[in-house]
Amino acid sequence: MTVLPKCLTGIQGLDEITGGGLPQGRPTLVCGGAGCGKTLLAAEFLVRGAAQFGEPGVLIAFEETEAELKANVASLGFDLTGLVRRKKIVIDYVHIEPGDFEESGDYDLEGLFVRLGHAIDSIGAKRVVLDTLEALFAGLRNEAIVRAELRRLFRWLKGKGVTAVITAERGHDHQLTRHGLEEYVSDCVILLDHRVNDQIATRHLRVVKYRGALHGTNEFPFLIGDEGLSVLPITSLGLNHKISSERIGTGIPRLDAMLGGRGFFRGSSILLTGTPGTGKTIVAANFAEAACQRGERALFFSFEESPNQIVRNMHSIGMRLEPLVKRGLLRFHSARPSLYGLEMHLATMFKEIATFQPHVVIVDPITSLMDAGTDSECKGMVTRLIDYLKAGQVTSMFTSLTQGGHALAQSESAMSSLMDAWILLQDFEGNGERNRVLYVLKARGMAHSNQIREFLISHRGIDVVDAYIGPSGVLTGSARAAQNALEKAAVLASQQEAAQLKREVERKRKALDRQIGDLRSDYESEALELRRIAEQVGTRTFVLGTERAASGLLRQADTKVAAITRGNPRQGRKK
Amino acid sequence: MMKTKTVSRRASASPRQPAQLWQLRLYVMGQTPKSLMAFSNLKKICESHLKGRYRIAVIDLMKQPQLAKGDQILAVPTVVRKLPKPVRTIIGNLSDTARVLVGLDLRAAV
Repeated sequence: MTVLPKCLTGIQGLDEITGGGLPQGRPTLVCGGAGCGKTLLAAEFLVRGAAQFGEPGVLIAFEETEAELKANVASLGFDLTGLVRRKKIVIDYVHIEPGDFEESGDYDLEGLFVRLGHAIDSIGAKRVVLDTLEALFAGLRNEAIVRAELRRLFRWLKGKGVTAVITAERGHDHQLTRHGLEEYVSDCVILLDHRVNDQIATRHLRVVKYRGALHGTNEFPFLIGDEGLSVLPITSLGLNHKISSERIGTGIPRLDAMLGGRGFFRGSSILLTGTPGTGKTIVAANFAEAACQRGERALFFSFEESPNQIVRNMHSIGMRLEPLVKRGLLRFHSARPSLYGLEMHLATMFKEIATFQPHVVIVDPITSLMDAGTDSECKGMVTRLIDYLKAGQVTSMFTSLTQGGHALAQSESAMSSLMDAWILLQDFEGNGERNRVLYVLKARGMAHSNQIREFLISHRGIDVVDAYIGPSGVLTGSARAAQNALEKAAVLASQQEAAQLKREVERKRKALDRQIGDLRSDYESEALELRRIAEQVGTRTFVLGTERAASGLLRQADTKVAAITRGNPRQGRKK
Repeated sequence: MMKTKTVSRRASASPRQPAQLWQLRLYVMGQTPKSLMAFSNLKKICESHLKGRYRIAVIDLMKQPQLAKGDQILAVPTVVRKLPKPVRTIIGNLSDTARVLVGLDLRAAV
């Protein structure tokens, strides 16, 4: 089985999507609406072919003159003039205007063939661009002839073995092109699109058809930057970055401690999320400052504040950034997110990164950029950016604004999977105050702390302290201080209570002793009394006995019976 | 007749009009029936309307492809009226005489 030979376009990303370029020696149709970059794609294909791949090319332009074309592409960094002078590219402007000429009888388009053939042969061209063939339909009245000739043209191009790109205007309804050119070009069709979402325009590219080859079928955003087209396939960069095990500090010693003691990995991507006013920019600036103090370069993309504002604001926490800026270690790049579309932002960022060659990149906040495109576009963009940064071993920190509460926005959870480390800043509200806490949600490849730390911002900078974690939850700020005092008081109170109890016990013991003494003396006195009484009773009985005996004798009583009755009282009482 | 690259027909100026030479170029692609037909049609029209004051240059793009660019030739056969100004172009085998006359702006001269 032979593999379809492909022709590298050299256009960033397009070769990845198509798995190696356009079908070699065959025509490719590029269609799209006005202003979506058809001509540019075609021109770049030609220029890169001539400049990078040693394949000369012919550009047949129906809409723009040679001078116009040269000027247009020069703004994108293509030296068309030079290539034309060096006979690497031939531009032939075919002027065709409706009403320019009269038609009388049968004709064919051999003139076009001749010009094309002549141009191809004069430089040995391997690539051909026809921009835009549909001008023929506008200029010539006899559509039947045009159609027949187009069919012949494509066959002829194939016969010539040139890789051709034909541009065409997007048609209405479900037609790819206005005049149905797609029926002639059956090998590869690329659709360009310029769409406006929320007032921000983004260009998209889709490979509609690619006969005999695998291709990415998705719609990919692409941008037109200073260096031509750049398609942004999320999947184009593989996950095979060089990995560093070097660690870099965050600028906050306690935070480093939370991250396995040594901070982040170099080249990792860090997400810093938090509700408004939790100090995301401060942590980010601190990170940048720490990098600069190590002698590294830091690039700060700010989408909310101007550079001067950041410098001033950081001044209030004792961070002096202006000397770092002056020394060329720190660079700010501020732009409003709505200034231009996502693709332009990305292009600008790439360019800044390429020129400044930073070690650390801060994007503050990435969520602002999210408004510039749809979620999937943004994710694609962030992925692309992270891939780009990782490939260059640049450590990146993205701040992200969450809208309060615990619920993390959808986009964030999607984005977090791209991030190696995720630090969360949060507000705790209570006791009439707000306090900031910080914790490490994830940190790939390191043992990190699971604890919530309170995070203080003062005029001396950032400090991270242990938050109070007790039975009643996490306490911060004055509540933490109050809780400390409360605990001290509680300890004191219990000490006092113990002493009190001891005294009480002592008192009770003493009382008991006293009672025992009392009881004993009572007992003793009673015992004494008893003895006294017993003695008295004894004496009286003796006296009584003698007295009775004496009276009995006197009254001659039956002493014997009296004696029995005394032994059995009942008998005595009956009687 | 087609073998000659340039065919000239020149005659004395018409008494009513001052002599003005018409320069026509016929671009063809080899000696195809279409080319020959275009040439004979053009010649017929010129003979009847411009007798004696026209010149037809036949350019075979098969032999001189580089000339196609100059007159913005796209279709063949193509007749280009170089003189009198402005330049006018007619494409086709010129079988529709009325259209040719419109194209060459010969109506007035009829």
